[in-house]
This record gives sequence, structure tokens and C-alpha cells, in this order.
Amino acid sequence: MRGAGPARISLVGRTSRIPLPALAGTSLALVTCALALVFFVVPNDADQGFSQRIFYFHVSIAFTAYACFAVGAWKALVHLWKRDPHADLESYVAIHQGVIFGVLVLVTGSIWAKISWGHWWLWSENQLVLFLVLFLFYAAYFMLRFSVDPGPQRANLCAVYALFGVVLIPVSFLAIRLAQRFIHPVVFTRHGPSFGGWILAAYLVSQVAVLSLAYTLYRLELSGKRLDARLRELRRVYA
Amino acid sequence: MTTAEKYVTAAYCAIFAIVLLYVVIIALKLQRLEREVDALANAAAREPEDDREPVHVG
Repeated sequence: MRGAGPARISLVGRTSRIPLPALAGTSLALVTCALALVFFVVPNDADQGFSQRIFYFHVSIAFTAYACFAVGAWKALVHLWKRDPHADLESYVAIHQGVIFGVLVLVTGSIWAKISWGHWWLWSENQLVLFLVLFLFYAAYFMLRFSVDPGPQRANLCAVYALFGVVLIPVSFLAIRLAQRFIHPVVFTRHGPSFGGWILAAYLVSQVAVLSLAYTLYRLELSGKRLDARLRELRRVYA
Repeated sequence: MTTAEKYVTAAYCAIFAIVLLYVVIIALKLQRLEREVDALANAAAREPEDDREPVHVG
């Protein structure tokens, strides 16, 4: 190979202890188990009836989106603090996952709102609007990222932006609790979840399944991005 | 099928469709990367041995 720079290539990769196929298999098993519980085991809700079954994945996906944004912010902090060469890419992929799960929250939430409240969307609901603000904030992250040339400056800008966004997570989560008037249900209070038995079991399994799915997709996308980065470096060295 | 069942089915189908779309996009990207690796490997194989400069490793 011509030119210098092979040492940089080795910086791009970092392996994880759990193999990706095993992770994917576990996620599939957990999602199947969660769906079986949701559709064949849990009883109908006394208030909302069959439509309450959207809750199990809608809430799990919402918490997973928050977790992805939080991981993205944490990795951004690691990038700024320790100058870890992997952290910028990991932050980007985590935020990308968060935005995808954010889309799922908005879609499932709208469907649930239509059947429960009779509207696809209510601008008067603080939690809905604040989640949309959080989602749009992180969607704009990609506009920032792709408008700056790759390099340390882009990594720093994106890290600072990702850290600003994390402030919106507790605001979005607490909005429903701070609101004076709301129709969005509160299921997690200071005294714990407002349900038990099979409903709690199905919710917990769904939550673990969605988190596992998100982690699998995160690892899959990260592998692709690292491979892409290594190829770009190889092409640059080889040119 | 009741209206509630239709909406719940639509919600879960939407989740499945969006995740599937994402996986398909990632799979297409991995295919592209595989082609690029092959092209790079072919280019490396065609290059004469004498033309290669020594590389400082480590």
C-alpha cells in the first residue's frame, strides 16, 4: 500500500463481548415472548378495552428512545472529556437509534390517541408537544452533522449539540406530572407503576425486548459505520 | 374485527414495518460495503509486488 496512515485504521474498530447473531436471536425471542404475552395472556383493560394493548410497546419504545438520546449524550460527553476516538461515532449512532424509536413513539402514540381520544394529535397536551420538540431537536442534529465537513470540528459541534438535547429528556418525561390539565395517562407515579400482575409482567418483558432490539440495531449500525470508516481510510491510504 | 383491534393491528404493523425498513436499509448499505471491499481487494491483487512501498506498522 502507498502513503502513510495505516495506524489510523486500527482506531476505528472496537469489538464487544456479545456476538451480534446471539444478540439478534435473543432480541427476536424476547420480542416474540412479549407479543405472545400482550396478545394471548394479559386481560383487556377495564377502561380502554383491547386498544390498551398498544401501551406495552408504545411506552417501552418511548423509554428506549429516551435511553438512546441519553446514551448519545453520554458518548458526546466522553468525546469532549476523554477525546475517545470511538465516542463520536457511537454518539451519532445512538442518536440515530433514538430518532428511529422517536418516529415509532409518535406513530404508535397517534394511533392510540385516535382510538382513545378521537384525535390523531392534540397540541394542548404538553407531553406530546415536548416529545415532538425533543424529536425535532435530535432530527436537526443530522442537519448539523451533514452540513459540516468530517473531522474534529464536526465531532465537537455534534457533541455539544447532543449534550444540549439531553436537558429536554427530563422536561419531556416530567411534563405530564407538572401539567395542571391533561388527558395523557400517568402509569408511573412516585409510588411505582399503577398496575400489577400480568400487565406489569407483560410490560417488563416488552421493555426488555425493545431495549434488546434497540441495542442489536445499535450494534448492527455501528458495525456498518465502522466498516465504512475503515474502507474510507483504506481507500485514502491506497490512493 | 372491531375498530379497536384494527387500530392495535395497525400500530404493531407500523412498528414492524419501520424496523423492517431500517434493517433493509442497513442490509443494502452492508452489501455496498461488501462490493467496495471486493473492488479494493481486486485492485490490491492486480498491483505488481515491486511497486509497493514498505509501510511502517505499529
